[in-house]
Order: sequence, then C-alpha cells, then structure tokens
Amino acid sequence: MTSIVVSAKDLSLTFSTNDGPVNALKDVNLTIDKGEFVSFIGPSGCGKTTLLRVMADLEQPTAGSITINGVSPGEARRSRAYGYVFQSAGLYPWRTIAGNVKLPLEIMGYSKEQQQERIQQVLELVELSGFEKKFPWQLSGGMQQRASIARALAFDADILLMDEPFGALDEIVRDHLNEQLLALWARTEKTIGFVTHSIPEAVYLSTKIVVMSPRPGRITDVIESTLPKERPLEVRDSPEFLEIAARVREGLRAGHSDV
Amino acid sequence: MTLVIIVLLVWLAAWWLNIRLAKLPNRRWIALLVPAIFGLTLLVIWEGVVRGLEVRAVLLPPPTAIAVAFYSKMPILWVDFVQTFVKGALSGYFIGCSAAFLTAVAVDRSPFLQKGLLPVGNFVAALPIIGMAPILVMWFGFDWHSKAAVVVVMVFFPMLVNSVQGLQSSEVMQRDLMRTYAAGYWQSLVKLRLPAAMPFIFNGLKICTTLALIGAIVAEFFGSPIKGMGFRISTEVGRLALDMVWAEITVAALAGSAFYGSVVLLERAVTFWHPSQRG
Amino acid sequence: MLKEIWAKLSPIGVVVLAIFLLWYLFAIVLNAPWAHDKAKRAGAELSFPQLVSDTWSQDKPKLPAPHQVAQELWKTVVMKKITSKRSLVFHGWITLSTTLLGFIFGTGLGILLAIGIVHNRAMDMSVMPWVIASQTIPILAIAPMIIVVLNAVGVSGLIPKATISMYLSFFPVVVGMVKGLRSPDAMQMDLLKTYNASRFELLWKLRLPNSMPYLFTSLKIAMAASLIGAIVAELPTGAVAGLGARLLAGSYYGQTIQIWSALISAAALAAVLVSLIGLMQRLTLKRMGMAA
Repeated sequence: MTSIVVSAKDLSLTFSTNDGPVNALKDVNLTIDKGEFVSFIGPSGCGKTTLLRVMADLEQPTAGSITINGVSPGEARRSRAYGYVFQSAGLYPWRTIAGNVKLPLEIMGYSKEQQQERIQQVLELVELSGFEKKFPWQLSGGMQQRASIARALAFDADILLMDEPFGALDEIVRDHLNEQLLALWARTEKTIGFVTHSIPEAVYLSTKIVVMSPRPGRITDVIESTLPKERPLEVRDSPEFLEIAARVREGLRAGHSDV
Repeated sequence: MTLVIIVLLVWLAAWWLNIRLAKLPNRRWIALLVPAIFGLTLLVIWEGVVRGLEVRAVLLPPPTAIAVAFYSKMPILWVDFVQTFVKGALSGYFIGCSAAFLTAVAVDRSPFLQKGLLPVGNFVAALPIIGMAPILVMWFGFDWHSKAAVVVVMVFFPMLVNSVQGLQSSEVMQRDLMRTYAAGYWQSLVKLRLPAAMPFIFNGLKICTTLALIGAIVAEFFGSPIKGMGFRISTEVGRLALDMVWAEITVAALAGSAFYGSVVLLERAVTFWHPSQRG
Repeated sequence: MLKEIWAKLSPIGVVVLAIFLLWYLFAIVLNAPWAHDKAKRAGAELSFPQLVSDTWSQDKPKLPAPHQVAQELWKTVVMKKITSKRSLVFHGWITLSTTLLGFIFGTGLGILLAIGIVHNRAMDMSVMPWVIASQTIPILAIAPMIIVVLNAVGVSGLIPKATISMYLSFFPVVVGMVKGLRSPDAMQMDLLKTYNASRFELLWKLRLPNSMPYLFTSLKIAMAASLIGAIVAELPTGAVAGLGARLLAGSYYGQTIQIWSALISAAALAAVLVSLIGLMQRLTLKRMGMAA
C-alpha cells in the first residue's frame, strides 16, 4: 500500500520581471509516492528548481494547488517534513562539521543527548565520522557536500529535496556520491526529489524521471524506471539503462523542438 | 658636520641591509626585522640631523629629548591618558558602537529603513563630524562627558553602515536554509545573520578606534579642564615645549596602536573562519 | 523607470524627514529650560504653542531649529559680499583652497609612493607596515604643532594648513593604491609577460587601469580627510579665517547659530567634493567598461 507524498494539480508560477512576466511553471500535474526517488531533468529555465522550491515553500505558486503529505507546503515546512540540499554545500564557515549538522537540531529544539546521537549517526551514514571537529573550509568539495546532506538528514524528515547537489563536483566524485546516495536511500527509505541536468545521473538514481522543458516551464514526460532497486555502477552499461536514457533524451529534444 | 656624514653612512648601510634581507625567502622574523630597521634608521637620521645641523629644539626636538620628556613627565602623561583615552575615547567608543549596532539590528527587519539609512549613513560618515565638537562641548560641559559625546557621534555612522551591511551579508541560500528549518526571527538572527555579520562589524570597530581617539583629542581643542592629551598638546605648543608635545604624541600613537591591535586580536579570535583570517 | 527612482528615493526621503522632525523636537526639549527660565523671570506662564515658538526662535539657543540655521546661511552666503569677513563664501573658499591643495599633493605623493612600494620589495617590506600602523595613530593631534612650527620658521598662510590636509589624505591613497596596483590576477600578469612587456608597460597597461576602482574609493576617503584636516588646521591659528575658525569663534562667544551654519556649510562642501569624485568615478569607469 503506497501513500501519496506530493500531489500537484495544474500548478503554475509566474514571475513578474522587468522584461514582463515569465512563466516559470505552467499547469504542472505530478504525484510522488512514498519512498520514490524522483529526478527532475531539463535544460536551464525549465522550472525544475522552481518546482522543488515550491514543494519546499520557498516560492509561492500563482495558480493551481499542491500538497505535501496531504497538507500545504507551508504547513509541511513548519512541521519540518523535509530536508533540503542546495547546489553548493552552504555550510557555515564558523561552525565545525558537527556544529553544522547540529544547526537544524538546535533550531528544532532537540536535547543535547539527542543532538550528539544524531550527529554521530548521520555522519556515519555519509562516511564522515572522524571529521566532526574539522571546519568546512578544511574539507574537499565532495566532503562538504556530504556534510550538507548529513545536515539535511539529521532531523529525520521523511522527504529529501536535492537541488543539483553534485552539479559542481567532478565526474569521479560524483559517481561515488551517487552510489552512496542510492545506498543511503535504500537504508532510510526516504522519498527523494532530485534536480539534475545530467541524463546518466537521473537514470541511474531514479525510480521516476520527470522530463521538463522551458518557456513555459512544464512537464513533457514522466518515465517510470524499470531498473532493479539494486544498482551497481555497471548497470549504466546495460541495454535497459541505455534504453531509458534514450527515452529521456528523446523527451528533452521534443521539449526543445516545439519552442 | 661629521654627525651628518655618519647619519648618511648609517642610512646607506641600513638601506643596503634591508635590500639584502628583502631578497631572502619569506620568513616571519624578516617581515618584522625589515620595518624595524627602517624605523630605527629614521630615528637615527632624525637624531643625527637635529644634533648635527643644530636645529632649534623649539622646531624639532631630537628623539632622545622626547624620550627624556616621556620618562620624566610620566605622571602627567598618565593623567592625560586616563582623562582623554580611558574616560573620553573608550567610553564614547563603547556607547557609540553599541548604539549603532543596536540600531542596525532594529532596522534590520525593515528593508525600507535600511534603504533609507544606508545612503544617509554613508553620506554622514563622509562629513566633518568633528565640527560638532564645539556644540557638544557646550551641551555637555568641559569635562570628559563632552569628549565622549563627540566620540559617540563620530563613531555612530561608520559603525551603523558596517553593521547594516553585515547583517545583510548572509547569502540568499543560507537564508533559504533557515526557512526550510522554519527558524524564527531570533534563531536566524543569532545563528546566521550575526555570525555572518562579524567581519563587517569588526571592520567598523577597527575604523572607529582611530576615530575615537581623534575625536577625544580634537574635542579638547574646543575647551577642556586642565588635563587631557588635546589640552596638553595645545598648551605645550603655545609654550613651545615641543619635547612634551612629542611625548604626548608618542602616548597617542602607542594608545592608538594598542587599541587597534587589541580589536584586531579579538577579530582574529571571532572571525577565524573568514578567508581573510585563515592565512 | 519613474517607479524605480521613487522606490529608491522614498526611503531616503523618509529618513531625512525623520531627522528634521527629530531636530525640531530636540530643539524644543533642549531650549525649553531657557524659555521657562525667561518666562519665570517675566512672571509669565508659557502655554505649549508659546513654548514651541520661543524654543524655535531664541538668539543663542542650545540647539537652533533648522529654519534658523537656514536663515543664517541665507544671510551669510547670499546677502553678504563674498569679500566680506562675515561672508560664509569667503570662509568656505579659504577652507576649500586648503583642502584642494592638500588633497592634490597628498594624492600625488600617495600614488607615487604606492608605485614605488609595488615595484620595490625592500620598500614594501620597510615602509608598508609603518603606513598601516600610522593609520591607527591619531595624526590629527599633531596639527597644532605643525602649524606653530612652520610659523616659527616663517612659513604661514595656506601652506602649513595644506600640509596637514596633505598628510591626512596621503595615507588612504597609499593603502588603496597598493591594493589596486596589486589587483590584476596572476593570469593577466602572465599574459603580458608572454608578450615580453616591460615593467613600465605592465604598470601603464595593466596595473594602473586595474587600480582605478580602488583609486576612486580612496580618493573619496582622502577628500573627506583633507577637509577635516583643513578645518582642524584652522583652529590653532587663532580663528582668523575659514570654516574651522567660524566654529571656534562661534564656540568662544556662544553663537550656536553661527556654529551650526558653519557646520552645515562644511557638510555641504564635503558632500559636493565627495560626490564630484563619485561622478568622475562613474564617468571614468563607464568609459573603461568597469561600471558596476
């Protein structure tokens, strides 16, 4: 029995800019079930980040409706339903790694013992045990991003929203983090929304791939992945993988040609 | 005349030594030694030229005479120091900087007020505020209270501008992050915006150290009790006792550098994480 | 377009308006004791409107109301002949000439020293720490001494005052220009080196253009400092001429309105000078394609 986590109906968002209104999102319909790993892929300006930000209550839709866990995004935010990972790690330079992970826990009023316990737990999860006392600027970019994922996991929200979290990292680090993320997802059974512009990344990670296109930002295709849940990196060479990738590429191209 | 020639030789030798030292690989002791040699050379040149050319003491006393005056008039210098620096400059500095900081926090919630205060504050910070001194001396009397008031007015706007900018300096992404945690106003102030503002706040604090001392000294030119560094400088200049004036200036320089230095040390401890401090 | 300008100006307008309101309010509060005193001696009781009108029109108020200062300014700026000793234009001109002379020399010297520091490592290592340290020292304190000493050797008039202005405007320029001349990044420097450019070409084609934003920022500080130097330098000469002299004379005789009008003129002078540099900055940087 699955339950619906995200449900958007005819969702639209128009920014008014100096050059007139911009349709960042137009008539978006989408359902995400519990435990799914959903990727949003598309060229820049297609509204994938905006959609994620609407789910996080960081932007307000101008039309349509959206619910998170059956309530409005604002209520979901106030009940701390999701963790958000940004494009860059955005760790506070004045706090240690442990201090950064502790930040949401402090704000949400966890007790000292709970804080310590969770810090240990999530740092282990992202393989950063032993780096508690380091400052962010003493770590590599990949480690910083892992710490920011740990920060998002710390307060055990069941939704994880990730906005191109590995976009600034090099290919090798990225592969490694992708593998780790899948393992983490399997262990925690969280629902994950993941914005990316890399086709292999989207196909490798997701159970569902949402293809979007710009002007106006909209969904052009939703692809359910047929890959097994267990995915070693080699799965990327399988015919099944290439087939899904081809379909994503097709969707992206279709979105482009009718502009 | 021989003295002047010796001075020339010392200068050349020191210059040559410094050039040699500067070419050595970077070391901490070299970075300290080179300016020290330069400073000492200046003092030697000063001493030698004044004595060698027999410059009158009412024009420029030699450093040794200043040192003697410094040593023998220590009690007077101390009284002046307490009057001007401790009572005038320091108290004004603390009152002015904290008032500016609190104002910045208060207007931080209103983008409208910020947009108005920043240009006005920047404008006022460029004005010759020191001219307020005669007015404040009239309002608060001759004693240190009026000097502190001058300092308050002088440091307020530079500090305000820096604090307001600092509180705005946190990145959009970090503010979004606080929002995803549903953090309240005070939580995001204490945990994000205040720490992020620290480099700016310390920048303001550093600028204000110099302003504070200048304000306290110059305000005394407009009236003071018979003690204080500004008072002493203006009266001793009138009596052409320049060794005492220079001794007083030495005190001002030492106090100014120590004041600035201690703020820098504090800055290093608080903003150790900032790229400019990591070195 | 109009909306944008309005959005930018209206907050400033509100803040300025608030300052004027506070000013009038403080004028009432600060001048009230004297007004009450006067009324008591005359055996009268002041009603609130009477109190307000009295506090805004005293002869030697603790804090003159803005319109009193404006009247005084009108009287001394526009109505007096500019050669008259009572004309603020006359005093302002004296202060301005000191300021500009000191500023020009200070800036020139500062730029030259900065070029030397950037090109000579020994000079950098020996002079730069002292330049930075000297910024923490209240240089203004030696103003009276310079005036008196230079007078004693027979130099008087404009030069001693300009020396102080020069001294004050010199340091910000050195510090800013050293930063600016060092601002080209390694790649840009390397590019010119691959062209086998000489040190002079490096300076002229890369370092100097790159330092322009820094130069203008420090010029603004230097100009403000130079004006302060000029005003303070006028104090020990015994209040003869200049805005600083007006301040001192006003404080001798308790002429608060005169002090305030001198203060406002000094502020206006500073504002005009600094915004002139700001204008030059905008035009230059625009032509050089560096406008922010």
